[in-house]
Order: sequence, then structure tokens, then C-alpha cells
Amino acid sequence: MTLSAQYLWLIPALPLAAAAVGALVPRTGRALAAGAAIAALVASFLVSCVALVTALADPAAKLVYNFAWFDLGAGVFRLGWLLDPLTAFMCVMVTFVGTLIFIFSLGYMKADANFKQFFCFLSLFAAAMLGLIVANSLLLLFISWELVGLASYLLIGFWFHKPSAAAAAKKAFITTRIGDLGLLLGLLWLYDSTGSLLFFDGGAGVLEAAALGSLAAQVTVGGLVVSTAIGLLIFCGAIGKSGQFPLHVWLPDAMEGPTPVSALIHAATMVAAGVFLIARVYPLMQADALLAAVPVHALTVVAFIGAITALMGACIAVAQNDIKRVLAFSTVSQLGYMMLALGVGSWVAAIFHLLTHAFFKALLFLGAGSVIHAAHHEQDIRSLGGLSAKMKVTFVTFALGTCALVGVPLFFSGFWSKEAILHAAHGWDVSHLPFYAAVLGVVLTAFYNTRLMAETFFGKPRSPAAEHAHENSPVMTLPLVVLAVCAVVLGFLNTPVWPWLDTMLLGKTEVHGHSLMEGAGLMGLSVVLVALGLGAGWALYGRRTRVSATAPDPLAVKAPRLMAFLAAKLKFDELYDATVGRLNSASAAFADFLEFWVWGGLVTLLARLGEFTGLVNRETDERTLNGGFDNVSEQVRGPGRVYSRAQTGDVHGYLRFLALGFVVLVLLVVMGGAK
Amino acid sequence: MKSLPLLSLIVFAPWAGAVVLAFVGRHVGANANRTIALLSSFSTLALAGVALASFDPAAVGYQFTERHAWISALHVDYHLGLDGLSLLLVLLTGIISPLCLLASWRVGRCPRAFGMLFLLLQGAALGVFLALDFFHWFVFWELSLVPAFFLIKIWGGPGASRAAYQFVIYTLAGGACMLLGFAALYVATGTLNFTELAQLAAAGELAPKLATLGTFWPQVVFVGVLLGLAVKVPLFPFHTWLPPAYAEAPTGVSMFLTGVMSKMGVYGFLRILWPLFPEPLHAAAPCLLWLALGGVVLGAFAAMKQTDLKRMIAYSSINHLSYCLLALFAVAGASKPDAAAAALSGTLLQMFNHGLSAAALFACVGIIEARSGGPRGLNDFGGLRTVTPLFAGFCGIALFSSLGLPGLNGFVGEFLIFRGVFGLAPWAAGVACLGLLATALFLLTFWQRVFHGPVAAGVAAFRDLDRVEFLTLLPLVILMFLLGVLPQIVIALFNPLVTAWAANLP
Repeated sequence: MTLSAQYLWLIPALPLAAAAVGALVPRTGRALAAGAAIAALVASFLVSCVALVTALADPAAKLVYNFAWFDLGAGVFRLGWLLDPLTAFMCVMVTFVGTLIFIFSLGYMKADANFKQFFCFLSLFAAAMLGLIVANSLLLLFISWELVGLASYLLIGFWFHKPSAAAAAKKAFITTRIGDLGLLLGLLWLYDSTGSLLFFDGGAGVLEAAALGSLAAQVTVGGLVVSTAIGLLIFCGAIGKSGQFPLHVWLPDAMEGPTPVSALIHAATMVAAGVFLIARVYPLMQADALLAAVPVHALTVVAFIGAITALMGACIAVAQNDIKRVLAFSTVSQLGYMMLALGVGSWVAAIFHLLTHAFFKALLFLGAGSVIHAAHHEQDIRSLGGLSAKMKVTFVTFALGTCALVGVPLFFSGFWSKEAILHAAHGWDVSHLPFYAAVLGVVLTAFYNTRLMAETFFGKPRSPAAEHAHENSPVMTLPLVVLAVCAVVLGFLNTPVWPWLDTMLLGKTEVHGHSLMEGAGLMGLSVVLVALGLGAGWALYGRRTRVSATAPDPLAVKAPRLMAFLAAKLKFDELYDATVGRLNSASAAFADFLEFWVWGGLVTLLARLGEFTGLVNRETDERTLNGGFDNVSEQVRGPGRVYSRAQTGDVHGYLRFLALGFVVLVLLVVMGGAK
Repeated sequence: MKSLPLLSLIVFAPWAGAVVLAFVGRHVGANANRTIALLSSFSTLALAGVALASFDPAAVGYQFTERHAWISALHVDYHLGLDGLSLLLVLLTGIISPLCLLASWRVGRCPRAFGMLFLLLQGAALGVFLALDFFHWFVFWELSLVPAFFLIKIWGGPGASRAAYQFVIYTLAGGACMLLGFAALYVATGTLNFTELAQLAAAGELAPKLATLGTFWPQVVFVGVLLGLAVKVPLFPFHTWLPPAYAEAPTGVSMFLTGVMSKMGVYGFLRILWPLFPEPLHAAAPCLLWLALGGVVLGAFAAMKQTDLKRMIAYSSINHLSYCLLALFAVAGASKPDAAAAALSGTLLQMFNHGLSAAALFACVGIIEARSGGPRGLNDFGGLRTVTPLFAGFCGIALFSSLGLPGLNGFVGEFLIFRGVFGLAPWAAGVACLGLLATALFLLTFWQRVFHGPVAAGVAAFRDLDRVEFLTLLPLVILMFLLGVLPQIVIALFNPLVTAWAANLP
């Protein structure tokens, strides 16, 4: 059975339909919303499996189906679907882990009033994430990329009545959007330079030789090769989404979301989208690799950012007390490892670690969710303790997940995938610093996970909540068991002896393994490092377990200031508040000032000027023009006033005057006549 | 189409409705008045549908033209015509206007006069989108101010009187500059017909003819027309009348002002300024590009500082319309046909989409205002999503549409604008990204403060959408989804036109 690329849209469309169902059913339609979500994702999983079979039949092939979206000028703007082993593995992973997390959520969210909305958002997320994976166009990828951001925003803020959750959601959206603008600019530049955004298009795609050759041949400001500049802008998007330094600050806050969300979005899938993106556009990232006289290679930046993030995340995780925040920083750190692998040239190692990490980190988060659910939402590991006896399934599966994360040798998937990364970093000829950072990170990872296990599961319960905890129902523990099995066996898909996954991803058909002895030195080193970390952790936290929730942390006793600094997450939030936050408020205040005083002020000034002119005009009219007229009138009016006094309206008076006048006339005539 | 003067019908049907209201409305009840107004307003969409059915997008020129000699002494014709751009805006007017009246359904104070003035306003706007002779184009242009003035002043908020005066005087001043410019054009060319003037300009004869009046007249006329249009859009920094006018106007009128009237200015840029003055515009483009960027960035930052929700949305309108102008100036300043086609398509799409999302946002703020009995401050509410989940969903969709989330209508237009601007002036696209970020910031702040958090005192008793409000928002929300996924529906109307523009860049 094979799947034509033309029908790849089914994979994201099924969960999207479920999201629509979830949005339209009334609040009471809980079973319908959840049922639709799970059924759609299972169906999507089955389609993905067929896609995987199809892709593996010819791993070198890029099966594409491109279609017109809208008319643009004389041509059309096209989007497309792409099927290759990378797409297929990612689809299977997302739908499989997603289904388990959906099932787990049935139990975890049982009591929530917005249960149906939760499944609606989860389905929306799954649809967007799968759309991102099957996209054969950087724009379609970007669209899905923004939609997973939306789903993440909605789900972090799912308990929106909590101000902290609402704030965390906004912070996540804005912080990742900063990176996304870089991605957008990279996309625009790519489009402008190549005239296409399709990855593969029968030779005309942006990841194909013709376009890459022309991008690598152009130079832009600072001597930067255009492909490097575009690659770095695209990498900005990955930095934001995958919680890389310096945009990692949103990921720990994102733990405000319900724990299944943390497992699905902020551990297994969405945060790994940045790694997937760089792996997807790897030919572009690599286009400058053979050029010697360039200021920087795109992948070098990726490697250093990855190494910094890997070490930084592990350091901060040591000092966190919230079970989910420890895991969040562990995720930051592990994503750093993946970026490191991409940067040092081994994208297959990055994808291998992405896949194994998805399973064991989802397992750890669901385990944490199981603990939190059982302990009535107590998340502080200092107040937990003693759960190993009360929650046996959770304990055992969590321990298996921890072993995978730490990289306990040979039997756990994380060991093999991390080993591949260390191997690649060791072989990188640009610098050895990233390798050292990664090695140090391995010790710290073993250390903080031992601390997490010891504090959560060993010793005595240190709060009533922990005391009354008991194992959850099978709907929650069953996904844990399945994931735990995967966390172990997945590693065997890609051992040095039988590197099947690498082979498939690289598009080869014959698996060529080599003896374990070839990399034995490095492997021995990493075994020692893991043992060191486990030992130190056990010595500090396991041998003598915490006695009460308020007892000081043994490490904080030894190095209080360092621990406080780590606990405060290296003060990144404070730094950003003081710089970016202030700049932002200042810009807003400046814009508002301009509005009121300058632009508004100019208009007011103009209006006042108009009023003033009017005033002057009126005064001139009154004083000179009207004044002259008034004067003349006044001269007429003066006597008039006098005459008017005579007009009394008194008839007797008039008669009197008349008589008087008559007498005067007569007198005049008589006297005149007498002359 | 000799038999049916379709375009005249489109323009005058709302006015006919106003006349009916004037004579019949006195004898019937308030709801009958509202219904008459609504139906008359709906005529635009119905008639635009008729036009759409026989409209041929591939024919780039004007269709359904009507031309009759009017004032022969002045060589003034009554001349109407419709192309992809006009049709787009007529459709937008047809969609937005009835919704404005629905949003004003609860206006208690003299609904008959409200309906009459609104219909006058609608007809005037349609006249602007269809007139092809400056004479009656300008009559419609100025006439639209009169009903708008009374609608704001009589039915507006506490500061309405001042805002209405400012709006009218500012716009009139701009209009006077434009009138002066066209007077000179008439003296120089003897015609006021847009097509004839555009042909003269294309042949390079317009500027020499104007120069016969005096050396500086080509520039003076250009600046005059530019000012008239710049105030109307508005182009930064001629925008200061907008926030008070939008904020003080009653909800339905705010919706119309932002949804339709703000497009009149952009339409003028596309229909008049660009075809008539390609060379001065090309010369001024670098400067104007900065002004448009000012609108994009400072408009968004100023919105961040607003505490009145209506003023915030008003500033976001300045930001969104500045994207249109940014694209237009980028096109005018450079010549690169494929990028220009993208930028122009983006502009037209953005005009339509902004009309939908800004109108929806004003409707939403109006709904909040109706519940609170006046206050509409950013910090007056909280937890509305708990109390009114349906309204929260609609308002959330409108907000995300406005911030350009892919999958909703706003994205494609903004993407095309950015694609075009990046190709023509890359640095401008880079700076404009700041506006995208700031927009997300203030819209999400709006959403967070008003809808999230614990239920604030006084909010608990808010009821969810009633039927009229639901019907107001539903068409807009459906269109947001539809155009987000299938932008081709709208693009098909104007793509041949835009392609022709881009191919014949001056």
C-alpha cells in the first residue's frame, strides 16, 4: 500500500476536522469532542504509517505534489506537499505520541469544565504541526509554524483565569514572534532571490542545486554570502520556537499550561519544530560550507548557539524545584544538543535525538503529570517524596524515561542518540568548545535527573498531598507504559552497528554498520561522565533524602549564591525587562508623546493660528473699517438722539410745541413784516 | 448595458432609501425605520452581486460604464465605471454597511434620522468608488463628510462635538488643496475626466501642460492632490483627526469610517495620484516611504500606549492602512514588475481585509461598551472569556485576524505587501517588521486584560451575544476564515488589473 503525495493533506486535515467538531459542539459534547480528536489522530497515524512505508520504499525520492493557491501577477502562487523519510518519520512520531497524550488527557482533564475546548485546541495543534511537517513550501511551513504558535498560546493560557497563565501565554507568543520575524524576512529574501518558496519543484525548488548555487554565489552586506544570511534569518525562527539561547525565556513559563500540553507541545513536538526546520532546509544551511573566504558559516552559528543552550539549560535545571520546570530546562538543554548536531554537520543525529527525545521526554512529562494529578497539583519536588511505593507504574516508567534522558549505556534510546551527537561534535574541525560544553552537559544532565528522581520518589512524603497520593487510573498509566517501552527500544533503530535510521534519512538503501569498537574511546568517556553525574547526584540527594519540605538544599548549603543565581534562571527575565521591556515602553511613550505634542500639537498650533488670524481680522474690521463707518454713523446718530428726545409720544406735548411754533411763526412774520 | 444603469442604481439606491425614510418613516415605528434602512443598505451587496455575475475580470478596463453629457459648458460628464478595484470596494461597502446598521440596531435616539444620514453616507462612498469624472467624484467625496459629521456629533460620545469638527475641518482643508489642484488641471487641460487625464499623463503631456501655467505648477498640483488624499487615508502625520473621530463616533459609524471611508483615500491614491502623477510620485516616493513607515511603526507603538480600546483599534487602523501606502510608495519608487504585482495585490487585499477585521473589532468594542454602559478602558474589565465565551471567541478571531495570523484573512495581504516591499525596498520591509511585532503586542494585551484573568467586579453580569450582535459578527468571522484559506476568491477579481498595472509601470 502506498500513499501518493497528493493525498498527504489527509494527515493534517483529519485532526483539523476534529478541531472543527470540537469548536462547534456545545460545551456538554465532551465525549464527541474527545472521541473525534482521538479517532482523527489515530486515523492520521495510520495514514502516516502508509506514508512511511511509501517513503522507505525509495528513501532517496522526494515525492512532491504542488498546487496553485492563488493568482499572482502573470503566474500563480503555489504551495505543495512533500513526502520523504524525514517527513514520514516525523508524522509517525507526532501522531503516535500525540495519540498517547490525547488518551492520557482523558484522565488528566476529566474534571475540567472546558474539557471539550481542550481537545479542540489539541486537535488544532496536531493539525498545524502535521501541516508543518508535510509542507513542501517554506510559506506553508511558516503558516503552520504560526498556527502551532497559536495553539501553543491557547493551551499555555488554557487556565486563562490565572493571571500567570495568561501572562505566560502572551510571553510565549511574543517571544517566539520575535524569532518568527527573522524567519519571515529570511523567507522574503529567499523568495525575492529565487522566485520560489517551494522546497522541491522538479529542479526549480529552493533546495535544489540551481537555486542554491545562485544563492551561494551572491554576496551581501559585510561580505556575508546571501545563502548564509538567509540561513541565519531562518535560524532566528528556530531559536524562538525551539527555546534556544537567547530566546529560551518563554519555555519555562509555558509550564503554566496543563501538563499534557507541556508533554506534547513543549517537549515532544512543537519545540522540536525548529530542529526540523533546520534539518528541512539543510541544503540551504550548508550551501556556504565549501566557501572558504566568508566571515561566518551559517552552521557554525547554529553549533555555538546549540552548545550554549545545551550547557545553560542543564545548569539552570540543577537549581529548579518545580518538577515541570526541571523538565522544561532539560528540554531546553536537549534541544540545544539537537541544534549542536545540526551545526556540526550531522542532521541525521539531530533528527535521531529529536525522535528519541520526543518519546522519553513525553514520558517524563506525562509521568510528572501523573504525579501532579495524584498529589493534588503539588509541583514542588521539595514537598513531594516517597512516591515510589505509592505510584509503582509511574515510578518505574519515570525511572526508565530518566535513564533514557541521562543516557544510561546500551539499553536506552537516549544513549545512542546522544552518543551520535557527541561523536559528531568531537569530529567537528572548526572548534572543540561545543564538544566540551556538550560533555559537561552530560554530567549535569545525569546529576539533575538523579536529584529529580530522589526528591520526587524517594524518602518520606513531605506534605499531606504527597502522603495521600495514589496511582492513577489505567487511562493515564497505559500511555506511560507504551512510551516507556519506546524509550528503550527506539535506540536500536540506529546503533553504530546497524544505523538504519541514518541510512533511511540520508536516502540510502543499504545499511552499513561498523563495529562498536571504532568509537569505543568516546563511548567509554561518556559512560564515565554519566556515572559521575549519577554518583554525585546520589551522593548529595539519594543517600540521605530530604527530611522536610523546608530543609535547605545540600548544594545550596555549599554554594548559596551560585544556586540562587541558577534558581533565578541566570536573571534573563530581569535583564530583558530592564532592556527590551524598557525600550519597548519607551518607544510607546515616545510615539504617544509625538502624537500628543508634535503631530497633535502642530494641528492645534495651526488651529490656534487660524483662530488668531480670525481674531486679528475681527479686530481690524471692528476698529478701522467698522470704526470709520461707526464714526460717521455716530455723527449722524448724535443729533438724531437729540431729536429723538422730542419724540415722546405725548400728544399734548406735540400740541404744545405746535402751538408754540405757530406763535413763533406768527411773531416772526409780524416782526419781519414790521421791518 | 444600455438597458439597466446598474452603477447608478448602486450609487443611488441607498439615497432612495433615505428618501423613503424621510417620507414614510415618520408614520411607522422605530423598528420599521431600522428595517427600511437595513434593506436599503443591503441593496449595494445585492446589486454588486448582479455586477459580479457579469463582470469579466480579464477585461482590464472599465465595465458597465455610463456616460452622459452633464454640464457641457464645463465639459463635465456624468461618467461611472467599474473595474476590479472599484468592484472590490463596492463589495466591501456592500458587506460592511448593513452590518454597521445591525450594530446600530439598539441606537434609541431617532433611528430614522440615523438611518437617513447613514444611507446618505453609504451612497456618497459608493459614488466615490464609481465616479470617473473629478467633478462629481469630488461632490461625492465632500458630500460624504456631511452625514458623517452629524452622525458623529449627534450620536457620538462625550467628546463627539470636538472630534466631529476636527474631522470635518481637517478633511475639508485637505479637500480644498485637492480642489485647487484640479482647478489648475482643468485650466491646463480642459478636462476633469480621470481616464482622459491618465492618458495624458501616460503620454507624458500632463506635466508640460501644467508647466504652461507656471514653472512650479506641476509640483503644486501634485502636492495639493497628495494632501487631500493623505488626510483622508490618513498618511502619517496627517492622521491626528482619526483617533478622536473613530473613538467618539457611535459603533456603527466607527465601523463604516474604518471599514469603508478609510479606503476612499487609498482608492484615490490608486485611481488618481498614481496614474496622473507618476513622475512626481516617483520622485517623492523615498520621502513618502518614510512617512508610511512612520505610520506602520509609530502608529503601532502609539496604540500600545492607549488605554481606551476604541482609540487603540483606531491606531491599529493607522498602522494597517500604512501598510497599503508603504506598498504603493515602494511600487512608485522602483520598477520591478513581479515584486510590484505582489505589492499591489497585497494592497488591494489588505484594503478588503482591513475593512472586515477593523469593522469587526469596532463592533466588538461596541458590544463591550453596551454591556458596561460606557466605560471601555483597557483596565476596566477582566475575565470576560469566563462570562461570555461566545463573544470572546468571536472577538479573539477578529484580533488574530487583525494581527495577521496565517489561516485568517489578514495574513495573505500582509505577506504579499511584505514580499513586494522587500523586493523593492528591503530595508523598509525590515523596519516595518517592528510594526508587526508591536501589533501583536498590543492586540494580545487587549485580549489578555479584557478577556483573561479572574472575573472583574461588574463584569460578572455581562450577558453573551444576543441575536443581533451574533448576526453582526458572524458574516465577518466567516469571511475571515474563508479568505484566509481561499484568498483567490477576492484576488481573482483584481489580478488581471494588477498584472496590467505592474506590466505598465511608468
